[in-house]
Amino acid sequence: MFKQNHLCKISNKKEIAPGIIDMRIISQEIAQQAKPGQFLNIKCDNGLNAILRRPISICDVDVEKNEVRFVFQIKGEGTKLLASKTIGDCIDILGPLGTSYTLETKYAKPLLIGGGIGVFPLLMLAKSISAQNITAYLGFRNKDMVVLEEDFNKVCSEMQIATDDGSYGYKGYVTQLMEEKLKQGKTDIVYACGPQPMLKMVNSICKTYAVPCQISLEQRMGCGIGACLVCACKIKSDSAWEYKHVCKDGPVFWGNEVMFDE
Amino acid sequence: MKINIAGIQLNNPVITASGTFGFGREYGEYFDLNRLGGICVKGLTLTPRQGNKPPRIAETPAGILNSVGLQNPGVRYFVEHEVPFLRQFTAKIIANISGNTVEEYCTMAEILSDSDIDLIEMNISCPNVKEGGVAFGTNAGTVNNITQQVKKYCKKPLIVKLSPNVTDIKEIAKAAEDGGADAISLINTLLGMAIDINTRKPILANNVGGLSGPAVKPIAVRMVWQVASVVKVPIIGMGGIMTGEDAVEFMLAGASAVAVGIANFVDPLACIKVLEGLESYLHKNNIYDVKEIIGKVEPN
Ligand SMILES: Cc1cc2nc3c(=O)[nH]c(=O)nc-3n(C[C@H](O)[C@H](O)[C@H](O)COP(=O)(O)OP(=O)(O)OC[C@H]3O[C@@H](n4cnc5c(N)ncnc54)[C@H](O)[C@@H]3O)c2cc1C
Ligand SMILES: Cc1cc2nc3c(=O)[nH]c(=O)nc-3n(C[C@H](O)[C@H](O)[C@H](O)COP(=O)(O)O)c2cc1C
Ligand code: FES
Repeated sequence: MFKQNHLCKISNKKEIAPGIIDMRIISQEIAQQAKPGQFLNIKCDNGLNAILRRPISICDVDVEKNEVRFVFQIKGEGTKLLASKTIGDCIDILGPLGTSYTLETKYAKPLLIGGGIGVFPLLMLAKSISAQNITAYLGFRNKDMVVLEEDFNKVCSEMQIATDDGSYGYKGYVTQLMEEKLKQGKTDIVYACGPQPMLKMVNSICKTYAVPCQISLEQRMGCGIGACLVCACKIKSDSAWEYKHVCKDGPVFWGNEVMFDE
Repeated sequence: MKINIAGIQLNNPVITASGTFGFGREYGEYFDLNRLGGICVKGLTLTPRQGNKPPRIAETPAGILNSVGLQNPGVRYFVEHEVPFLRQFTAKIIANISGNTVEEYCTMAEILSDSDIDLIEMNISCPNVKEGGVAFGTNAGTVNNITQQVKKYCKKPLIVKLSPNVTDIKEIAKAAEDGGADAISLINTLLGMAIDINTRKPILANNVGGLSGPAVKPIAVRMVWQVASVVKVPIIGMGGIMTGEDAVEFMLAGASAVAVGIANFVDPLACIKVLEGLESYLHKNNIYDVKEIIGKVEPN
């Protein structure tokens, strides 16, 4: 059996915050195979405006309805074209691609840390974890950008929102909340996704408190499947470091493997 | 659909462009690699290379810029770990080599000549490495010299891959042929740049990179046509091939085979679709042998 790209019908579409689109598509194959942390590589246009596919994380799946949900921010040409599609349209998707967060049951006290568009893959993760006590700290720029609050509330025993300007929830960065939590020693694994400076911070705090963490990296991609070697990221190896690839070796890595350039 | 390139028979004229298809493993999960005429692998160097810093790709109108910088595990690793995998298929194996010095090219040609590959493509045109590559490909004298030198060590047919970043492609192609090239492939990427106007920084960490995709196709077709008028050796044409029609255009211009590059990123089945499109063009026009369209453009 060869892998293939899927032509998927859009079953739902909603703007849930300014420029943030919540989209659902129907695909039995993707819904059945998807694991938390994996992504879809989406063809946004059939013309020459956005030739390359755009990587977007899987946010949630409904296995019964064969529905796959992803949420994206309109940033440039590709996501603008994708946002212009309507319910009933078909989009060409490769996936699920990449590595997933580990779901080992030995981690009973997970902490999920998301920043901005990085919160999306964490929802499926929160739903997939079998642990009883899931904590999630989600950071946004301001009150208007807060999304998925209800969804996370349903599956997490503790949930806090942080905004940079304090217009909603805790004022400051999620990493400050995280440090408080780790100090209490009630966390045995941290799962993170968000902008690079945040991930770097997560990594160093986890190191200080000796808690393992898994982080999801971002990089511009060409093929999305490991063939073009475009999406390089620095990973520790026997000979100091090597470039691995976000699309195939990642996007999820163990924090202690990743080298953030100064 | 069989095509002969320098004494090697390909099942059909569709080849993967170096650097866009890895060593075949990833796309092999999407289709049967036996359907390809040839697989040209990721550019190899004598010793392993990490490549350039990311970001290594930027999108531009109808094209992309890349600055991978030849990340690869080295020629010896390739021979040991990748050739046995590729040999399982009927597609011909084309090893693509880049060096910093003439000696490095010669050593690689020697190592590969003793391995189970079919053809060697000498990349003298990579715009993404500071030391060598492009420096060899832009001067007729050096092209002639490096081809002659490498030929002495090369027991497999040698394809010389030309850089489009030159003023007279005919002169360069002639120099490669005179130096002993068994075939010529073109084009490699064109040197380009893209700037983020908000941050005022180039998008690529390397500042500049190689442009390919539909944006470069007219330049590539023109160069294939010009080169076909001055050399007798077969030409492998590439640059922006997305469909069977594009492949036909290159063959009419004078290419005996074609290579598919970034189209693979867009659609993992791009090579198969190019092949099918080519077949259907022949069928529609009642042409039984693909060779009949090579160089059959009728200039005004
Ligand atoms: C593994 C992974 C998961 C992602 N998940 C999500 C998600 O769930 N929701 C979401 O809103 N965004 C996500 N992103 C970021 C998203 O891919 C980019 O915002 C998007 O590609 C921008 O495309 P554009 O055409 O709108 O922007 P443009 O800036 O016009 O894009 C130009 C080129 O740059 C690339 N590019 C630009 N920004 C990024 C970026 N941050 N990461 C990777 N490539 C980029 C594009 O793919 C394209 O090739 C994810 C990125 C990765 C790598
Ligand atoms: C990501 C990428 C990596 C490449 N790496 C190589 C390489 O290692 N060696 C080489 O000879 N050409 C390399 N090329 C050039 C291609 O083989 C081809 O000449 C060029 O992309 C034009 O074809 P296209 O427009 O169909 O992509 C690379 C191109 C891309 C896009
Ligand atoms: S995008 Fe091609 S290797 Fe990752």
